[in-house]
Amino acid sequence: MMILEADRLSITFGGVRAIDGVSIAIESGQVFSIIGPNGSGKTTLFNLVSGIYTPNDGSIRFAGETVTGLEPDQLARRGLSRTFQNLQIFSRMSVLENVMVGYHRHECTGIVADLLHWPSVARQNEATREVALAALARVGLADEAKRPAGSLAYGALKRLEIARALASEPKLLLLDEPAAGCNPVETQEVDRVIRSVVKDGITIVLVEHDMRLVMNISDRVHVLARGRTLAEGTPEQVRSNTAVIEAYLGDHGSKEAVRAFD
Amino acid sequence: MAELLQFISSGLTVGAIYALVALGFTLIYKASDIINFAQGEFVMLGGMTTVFVTLAGVPAPLAALIAIMVTTAIGLALHRFAIEPARGASPVALIMITIGASIFLRGLAQIVFDRRFHSLPPLFGADPIQFGGAAILPQSLVVLASATAIVTLLWLFIDRTLLGKAVLATAANRLAARLIGIDTRRIVDFSFAVSAAIGAIAGILITPIALTSYDVGTILALKGFAAAMLGGIGSALGAVVGGLLIGMIEAFAAGYFSSNYKDAVAFLIILVVLVFIPQGLFGRAKVERV
Amino acid sequence: MRALLETRLMPAIVVAAIVILLPLFFPSAYYYRIAVLVFIFALAVVGLNLLMGFAGQVSLGHAGFLGIGAYSVAIGPAQFGVPSWLCLFAGAILSGAVAFLVGRPILRLKGHYLAVATLGLGLLVAIVLTNEARWTGGPDGMSVPRLVLFDWSVRGAAAWYWIAGTTFVGGFVLALNLMDSPTGRALQAIHDSEIAALVLGIDVARKKLTIFIISAMYASVAGSYLALFNGYITPDAAGFLRSIELVAMVVLGGMGSIVGSLVGAVVLVVLPQALTVFHEYEQALLGLIVMVFMIFLRRGIVPSIVAAFAGRRK
Repeated sequence: MMILEADRLSITFGGVRAIDGVSIAIESGQVFSIIGPNGSGKTTLFNLVSGIYTPNDGSIRFAGETVTGLEPDQLARRGLSRTFQNLQIFSRMSVLENVMVGYHRHECTGIVADLLHWPSVARQNEATREVALAALARVGLADEAKRPAGSLAYGALKRLEIARALASEPKLLLLDEPAAGCNPVETQEVDRVIRSVVKDGITIVLVEHDMRLVMNISDRVHVLARGRTLAEGTPEQVRSNTAVIEAYLGDHGSKEAVRAFD
Repeated sequence: MAELLQFISSGLTVGAIYALVALGFTLIYKASDIINFAQGEFVMLGGMTTVFVTLAGVPAPLAALIAIMVTTAIGLALHRFAIEPARGASPVALIMITIGASIFLRGLAQIVFDRRFHSLPPLFGADPIQFGGAAILPQSLVVLASATAIVTLLWLFIDRTLLGKAVLATAANRLAARLIGIDTRRIVDFSFAVSAAIGAIAGILITPIALTSYDVGTILALKGFAAAMLGGIGSALGAVVGGLLIGMIEAFAAGYFSSNYKDAVAFLIILVVLVFIPQGLFGRAKVERV
Repeated sequence: MRALLETRLMPAIVVAAIVILLPLFFPSAYYYRIAVLVFIFALAVVGLNLLMGFAGQVSLGHAGFLGIGAYSVAIGPAQFGVPSWLCLFAGAILSGAVAFLVGRPILRLKGHYLAVATLGLGLLVAIVLTNEARWTGGPDGMSVPRLVLFDWSVRGAAAWYWIAGTTFVGGFVLALNLMDSPTGRALQAIHDSEIAALVLGIDVARKKLTIFIISAMYASVAGSYLALFNGYITPDAAGFLRSIELVAMVVLGGMGSIVGSLVGAVVLVVLPQALTVFHEYEQALLGLIVMVFMIFLRRGIVPSIVAAFAGRRK
């Protein structure tokens, strides 16, 4: 089943075509990676798919429904979740509370109940706490639950965002450079988390620069350059594509890509 | 017809003052991204200081000069002692500081001066000039001429001098300006000083027509701000146009509708502009990048 | 269960204890009067704190809602013969309605744009109250008939002490409840990162509007109490200076600290009373306090104290 289909998306910012006629089709349960040099439009594409930008041209279908132009919160309620390249952590709240917010779309108490703290609210708080703790355990942060989110290390914060997105129980998870700024150990952790998430049937769309991670974990890879599709295929197909090697992987990148398969 | 001319004349006169206040806002905003609510107090200080210094026996022109210098010093002090120490604070915190400063200055004025209304003698006499059935005060013409002169001088300065270019550079990109050796702190000092001076001059000019007292600053700041928003905050041309427009709309509203609700015009305009065209008439819409 | 209760409602229990025990220390009826004013303003400040400190939305015109509540209990009984307590509810609903109507368009705005929009709103309310003299008595204000509850005409600072005190504790508890709830977490999230909140499915616009309405209603009730207690109301109650005082109380006590709301109210109500000799210095002092706190102690009194203790413990 195609969970996400984008058809000839385009968007222009002040005269610059950031994304120009890009089409992608993602099957449910896959790990789909988007790679490309800096400025190729990867995050813009993410922002288009997650509703933060509205495309000037083209359409997006999510789980069979047309969702072009919908707001991010509307998409979230349909089961689409994402993390951010420049972390958007709720730094004033604790680690646990951050993830609890992730579960918000499933919480069902109203404002009056919340103000009066009906028993249903206490029950909901408990239930949400359970979900959040489980999500934290999956990313290996269960011990940090009570700490203020702002006090965590960078790599841990990346995993926190993933836990938060997981708590929303999405069908599709967009990960925006989850390994950026992470050392090899942290990157291994991210790899492990992604694999375990995929086992649960959640589709993952990944934007990444770390070639080993991408080649190791992806089912399909889509290469962007200057806002346009350069190539798409399996990791093997992409890494041996001469156009891709020229534009993006270069000498070092190709070597990294090959090493991923050792 | 006569009525129309009357409204236009009084509208332009008070609009010129709003334009000067708005210009002061814009200058400080461009140089430092701060919205200075104490702008109106500069106008009040200009008028009130001149009044009290003349009451002490000093000839009017000298008193006016002293008032401008005192107000400029206060503007500088505002920057150095209230704004600078809080650099890095959120925009709202900075607004609160300037609001606090405005209330503080108002409170001080209440103590140092008094709570009554005061006037100054007009520059060219009080006999109105008859023009097409409307009675126009000579002071109105002085206000309009001075405002035009100030705006022109300011424009020439920004456009033709090196310091002016430095102000523009700081406004465009503060970090970049610092990296090429511009002392942005001095630039912001300068913008506060000039805004204060412009405000003081406006206050001195309008007092013969509209009187002055310790609390005229607040309403003026709000209307000047409305003018700046209407024109597009960050646009000097917008500030002037906005000011004149609000002055005119107020005069017409007062004449044809209700003079009680004259003040409400500016605040309604603020709300309408913010909701429908937040970037104002001449401003540019901001694109937020995630 | 008991442990949960203790953490969440503890501040309320402490405050309730203070309310109950405080009169034992009052040497004269004058102190009751001050306390009533403190509770009234603290109530408005709790509501404003939910909006500003908690959800991160600024309102520089909140006294407008205070004014709506105040004039509801003045005009209702005088012009329409409706009992005061009913007018209190009507005022709260009216404030909520105004908040709903105006909130929808202006809450889209951020930072200083929102600040100025709320400022404009507050000023418009004050202008209307000043101008419609036929209803409101104009700039000189109007007298407010006493509150009558079950045939008992409420008069005297002592009686109002208990009414205002209980209402404040009630409002306090509601706020504490809200903080520990799905809505509360959503609001805090919105404060820290609107985009992340959106992406997690939070209807940000609706949540902001909800808290704006709630904070308006808090202010309205406080305004009604103020009018009923004083027996008189003027348009100043809705004015710019009053709005800034409210914000100053939030900032002083600590943005986001519900307990701080009480502290802020205490400081800014007691201070002018203590300065009766230097009455003219009130404005200058208010301005100075706002400046000093916003420059040097932005977190506010309560969070600073809490941070100092947390630091010491290490």
